[in-house]
Amino acid sequence: MRDALTFTDLSKTFAVAKGLLGRAKSQVHAVQPLSMSVEHGETLGIVGESGCGKSTLARMLVGLLPPSTGVIEIDGHPLDPSDRAAFGKKIQYVFQDPISSLNPRKTVRQIMEAPLIHLHGLNSAERAKRIREIFAAVNLREEFLDRYPHEFSGGQAQRIGIARALAADARILILDEPVSALDVSVQAQVLNLLSDLKQQLGLTYLFISHDLAVVEAVSDRVAVLYFGSVVEVGPAEQVFAAPRHPYTKLLANSAPVVGRPLAQPEMRETELPDPLNPPPGCAFCGRCPRRIARCDTERPPLLTQSDGVSIACHNPL
Amino acid sequence: MSGFLSLLARNRLALAGAVVIVTVVLLALVTPLLPLANPDATNTAIRFQRPFQGEALLGTDHLGRDLLSRLLWGTRLSLAVGFTAAVAAATLGATIGIIAGYYGGRTDNIIMRGVDMLMAFPYILLALAIVAALGPGLMNALIAVAAVNIPFFARNIRGVTVGIAHKEFVDAARLSGLSNARIIVSEVLPNVIPVVVVAMSTTIGWMILETAGLSFLGLGSQPPQADLGSMLGEARSALITNPHTSLVPGLMILVIVMAINLLGDGVRDALDPRLKSGALSRPMPATRVHRETPPAPPAGEAVLALQGLQTQFHVKQRKYRAVGGVDLALHAGECLGIIGESGSGKSVAALSVMGLVASPPGVITGGAVYYKGRDLIGAPYETLRQLRGDRVAYIFQDPLATLHPLYTVGEQLIEAVRAHHSVSRIQARRHAIELLKSVRIPNAQDRIDSYPHEMSGGMRQRVGIAMALSNDPEVIIADEPTTALDVTVQAQILSLLDDLRRERGLAIIFITHDFGVVAQLCDRVAVMYAGRIVEEGPTPAILNTPQHPYTARLMACVPELGQGRRELAAIPGLPPAVDQLPTGCAFAERCDLVRPACTAGDIALTTSGPRKLRCILPPLPREARV
Repeated sequence: MRDALTFTDLSKTFAVAKGLLGRAKSQVHAVQPLSMSVEHGETLGIVGESGCGKSTLARMLVGLLPPSTGVIEIDGHPLDPSDRAAFGKKIQYVFQDPISSLNPRKTVRQIMEAPLIHLHGLNSAERAKRIREIFAAVNLREEFLDRYPHEFSGGQAQRIGIARALAADARILILDEPVSALDVSVQAQVLNLLSDLKQQLGLTYLFISHDLAVVEAVSDRVAVLYFGSVVEVGPAEQVFAAPRHPYTKLLANSAPVVGRPLAQPEMRETELPDPLNPPPGCAFCGRCPRRIARCDTERPPLLTQSDGVSIACHNPL
Repeated sequence: MSGFLSLLARNRLALAGAVVIVTVVLLALVTPLLPLANPDATNTAIRFQRPFQGEALLGTDHLGRDLLSRLLWGTRLSLAVGFTAAVAAATLGATIGIIAGYYGGRTDNIIMRGVDMLMAFPYILLALAIVAALGPGLMNALIAVAAVNIPFFARNIRGVTVGIAHKEFVDAARLSGLSNARIIVSEVLPNVIPVVVVAMSTTIGWMILETAGLSFLGLGSQPPQADLGSMLGEARSALITNPHTSLVPGLMILVIVMAINLLGDGVRDALDPRLKSGALSRPMPATRVHRETPPAPPAGEAVLALQGLQTQFHVKQRKYRAVGGVDLALHAGECLGIIGESGSGKSVAALSVMGLVASPPGVITGGAVYYKGRDLIGAPYETLRQLRGDRVAYIFQDPLATLHPLYTVGEQLIEAVRAHHSVSRIQARRHAIELLKSVRIPNAQDRIDSYPHEMSGGMRQRVGIAMALSNDPEVIIADEPTTALDVTVQAQILSLLDDLRRERGLAIIFITHDFGVVAQLCDRVAVMYAGRIVEEGPTPAILNTPQHPYTARLMACVPELGQGRRELAAIPGLPPAVDQLPTGCAFAERCDLVRPACTAGDIALTTSGPRKLRCILPPLPREARV
């Protein structure tokens, strides 16, 4: 069976500090060439801190941002980035901020109908039926349809956002921090809903978050992003329980956990490298406790180890 | 719509303007039906007749024409031209602005540079040039007035559109398969229209003036046709001898423009969401206090003691009870965590301590806050000002929003020091560098001259902490100080705070929604729900054996790292709205263990040993509560 979603050498470069004639003076590699595939019915978690390129990656995958290089394939067929409707029917996006992703001047019904009209060309009876089905699936009452977004709580608004993504009838959902704007008690409601929907509808998820515990709880596989490249990919239960890349270990140790004393995880007060002037070797070597001479000069490739975990490190744990 | 009208009606001046302009417009509309003399019929025999003396009510002009008739017909024409010009300028300008703002990039650049060129000419010169090119005449004057006002609308609307075009709902519409043209019409336009209306309401008066100006110069309406500008122009030569011929059209222009501007300001205030949210109503320097007798100070050695603190927000008829009676005691050198979800009142309780809740709409309606035995609620502003930042300091969630973007961090630190201590700038600067070093900012000597935007989120929060430490306070109130930060940076900040409090013996109130953070940093923790504390006690005890069903279930919702893939526990439903709190336990509606007694009446916070609990259920093992 072919993979649900494959991307090969996908990268994004932004031009910064444009000159007078619009010619770029320097470039920032937001996402280094990435290759990965997601199986049907799988949840691939993507974790990383701000500035690691996870949102840029998500926006490229749904066609909101044209990639600088690379190909996106769905079920083995390459996507044409200029054909937005084809994109929308195959792959959809759930936004981080549920309220601002809903137009304040439209009713929920108008929001829900947009993909049904423009992607599928349904008539009004078909649309009503489809909306009823979707609302039942995400546990929303139909009386909500004639209200405006500001009347909803964050959790309800996020269900509407998920319902809109489902209305496009795409099999692949990119979930970009779907619960980070929600309170914990509501966060669990939404996460469980997503897991039910996946089973009922046979969906494939790409789950992006900065919250390691959430990613671990929902994902089959987890990819850790640092400075625009993948540093470690592996089964969810393994990546944080037994991290192989020093950055993954730092992340896992930094997350505050009940019952673990506060430790100083990093001795140096370090920050991300300068994106305008990236280091020639490993991007993490400035913060790395296991740095060796090669790390300064040579960028480590992502290599698959015998246990199925892939890491990009010259001196793994 | 009715909300808009009632907002408008509350503004007396705008209402007066509306009444005047509606009267004038009605008069202009019915002018053809009124029994008026022919405005263009000359009768030199009765030229320059004074008002109220002959048949012509407002007198006659230099050709003996009836001034009242000319005034009404002229007003009709001037209003029509002004409104048409405004609508034309708004439509064209808004279209240009939306296209430039939505597409951005080169399209934007080309269009806006063109608009800038148009703007570089003085408007009257440009209007004169247009009329000169097209020839005099009312229609051409209208075109000229509309054209010179297009840049104003284009620039305004472009700015608004740029903001909207980057909103997530526009991306969502793209993913729903909408074309660019459809997105502009159905997503962007409805959000831009209020701004167009606001801009139009403030410029119509101006455009009527400009049309009158062109007619005054003889470039607008041609004789014998009357409009307000040409009437004024023709009366100019008789200004001294027969002032009434100038006064009549002049006063009409004054009345119209004044009324439109008053109404326009009212429309703007009623429509502008920023003004509606209270940006114009300046908050008072300290929260308003409206309480009966304060409770007596508590026994014990607490540095800071909250006694039955109640803070409400009074918005129109509604009373939101954000904090509904909170008792807390903070001892020297102690770190007290307050944990709760959004809307639980944790931040409002903390801000009430120093009277920092914005008033209006905030009101402290009961209770007291004792700082070393002194009640701070209702204390004079000067007392509060001296304590704020000196003895009790705050650290906020978003340092980018709390640091001033136009001053270097050094200037802001120096100001914080000098607000409370009379030291020289050089001494204060030395102290500021020491502070930056103490929060472990590398190269403190250089970084002190950085602006906030030049620093990363973690570094900015360190500056926020340095500022809180600048006067060696006894109490620091930290309101979600690490929520906006990445985990690795959060770990650095938490360990910094922990070191600082041990070195300096600080008492910290740490507000958070994260049990992991509480567990690592706090000695004691209070759990808040719907404005009240439901459980309080030593951190290990609360986290290991939570007794309130809410605490237990909230903890069960939090996924913990290292447990692999699993179904998460959730609490169904939502917290109650704080303007409609139920009687009895606020959590009863979502609680599995609810019994009739839970909703019968108020449930007190009962103390047993070091712990406090607001629940009538007997202590149960943890599993039964989850």
